[in-house]
Amino acid sequence: MSDRDRERLFTSSPAPVVASFEELEAEPIIRREGSLYADAWRQLRRRPMFIISGVLIVILAVMAIWPGLFTRADPRACNLADSLLRPSSEHWFGTDVQGCDYYARTIWGARVSITIGVLVTACSTLIAVLLGSMAGYYGGWVDTVIARLTDIWFAIPTILGGIVILRSVFSTRGLLQVSLVLIVLGWPTMLRLVRSAVMATKEMDYVDAARALGVRNFRIIRRHILPNAVAPVIVYATITVGVIISAEAALSFLGVGLQLPAISWGLMISVAQNRILTAPHLLLFPGAFLSVTVFSFILMGDALRDALDPRLR
Amino acid sequence: MGRYLIRRLLQFIPVFFGATLLIFIMVWAIPGDPIAALAGDRVLPEQVVQQIRDRYNLDDPLIVQYGKYMGGVFQGDFGEDFRGRPVTDLLGQRLPITVRLALLAFGFEVVLGIIAGILAGVRKGGFVDNLVLISTLVVIAIPIFVLGFLAQLLLGVRFGWFPVSGVQHGLYSYLLPAMVLGSVSLAYIARLTRTSLIENLRADYVRTATAKGLSRRRVVGIHTFRNSMIPVVTFLAIDLGSLMGGAIITETIFNIPGLGRAVFEGVQRQEGTVVVGIVTFLVLVYMMANLLVDVLYAVLDPRIRYE
Repeated sequence: MSDRDRERLFTSSPAPVVASFEELEAEPIIRREGSLYADAWRQLRRRPMFIISGVLIVILAVMAIWPGLFTRADPRACNLADSLLRPSSEHWFGTDVQGCDYYARTIWGARVSITIGVLVTACSTLIAVLLGSMAGYYGGWVDTVIARLTDIWFAIPTILGGIVILRSVFSTRGLLQVSLVLIVLGWPTMLRLVRSAVMATKEMDYVDAARALGVRNFRIIRRHILPNAVAPVIVYATITVGVIISAEAALSFLGVGLQLPAISWGLMISVAQNRILTAPHLLLFPGAFLSVTVFSFILMGDALRDALDPRLR
Repeated sequence: MGRYLIRRLLQFIPVFFGATLLIFIMVWAIPGDPIAALAGDRVLPEQVVQQIRDRYNLDDPLIVQYGKYMGGVFQGDFGEDFRGRPVTDLLGQRLPITVRLALLAFGFEVVLGIIAGILAGVRKGGFVDNLVLISTLVVIAIPIFVLGFLAQLLLGVRFGWFPVSGVQHGLYSYLLPAMVLGSVSLAYIARLTRTSLIENLRADYVRTATAKGLSRRRVVGIHTFRNSMIPVVTFLAIDLGSLMGGAIITETIFNIPGLGRAVFEGVQRQEGTVVVGIVTFLVLVYMMANLLVDVLYAVLDPRIRYE
């Protein structure tokens, strides 16, 4: 699965505009004078997909910020005598080889995943918006240079590139190094998205009007183009958080991501793989948490896309 | 069409060199001396070290090394590892395994994905549609290595339906890994087929076809299906490329000695030549797939004009 396919999938549109005439009447035209976002919000509040994923994301965010709310146990306080216990009332998720409480470790694992997911997405979005709006707005040689650079980056599959960079460039690999690599490999898809959105918005009459009034380029981009081109970016960024979390776990699983003693779901699964017969719980719990996290972000992106894509209106 | 192809091929050249140069630089940025790693605890005599360095052009500036390497690649020489074994040998040995895996996965995802997508798209909002939408979302959300282990644990170990790992049982042992490898793309194909079918069912020509009295089967099966397959076919072309690269995790889980495993082992052993060789090869495959997609677009959809 390449990023480009993902982009194509999540930005092109299914789903109905209005399901029925009742719905049209329930929402008279007069109330539609709000912005795209007010509209989207009104629509979103009623969608179970949005509510479920929203609640899950809030829980996960709280888990990442204050893991102490969910568990009293210290994830690093381990007792070798308790090695590989099955789940019980004392250790809800059992214990790992070192006898650490697996529930506490699983809860603490949310922090790394969410941090990397959000950090990487924020940074690559920033790069993509800066370069993408330049390429899309100015066109010409600026566009050519940026587009060709993106093409080159695009030819390198994320996991392959990640393995190569993480193994060869860094001698120790912590949260920052892994994030950096995922940013370096992650921006091109987003850039293409921003570029095409900006190129489409640039053709609008109000942009011509602004230009005719003598508004400077920078201001046109910032005030007139970006706010109108940002909807697909928000949708894609939400999905990207999930995709990045999954990629971090995959790299850690392959042994080129985070290193012990970091607490990360991917790392836990990587350690668990040698014991899937004797202690499957070591695989199942972090695997389930990881899947639910990725699921929430992708579901949220799906819901946002349905609400924000103006073509559906 | 011809001009478009030529232009596309010309654009292909800088991208190819750029991507391979990037990989080359990243791989040779390895901290630590690969030759020292090769020798282990012993200290190699100065002459031996020098001889090895000369042989692999390690004293040249990086860009010259790259130039010499690419010169070799164009003559079918992907370099050799530090034991003197040509990388092409390794490629020849590992490639068929990965290709077999990728093709099986491909067949699996194409057949099931398109069927699921059509069933869902024909009755939008129905039970099957919701079932397909939700199950594909779940499959997309579960990381492939979690899915792989689950499949291995349940279908391989618990139920004993499939070999757990390795390739001793011929094609049969590729079946489960292929299903795991193809699962995510299957979900994407199902969704893409569904979306595209729904969009096309709203088109005017469908109304015309229905109005002139064609059966629903014919309208969906012939008129709409062909047009909805355009995005799917192009997705498939690019997917075949990414399956080859994506095989790395599946091959690790199921212990299949394919290309992905070879890259991974190469990185672990700091065998830069092996990594560069295989990754260059994979990037080439991936880019060819991309190129194929662009050409397919032009062939399949005459509305798309390339100037």
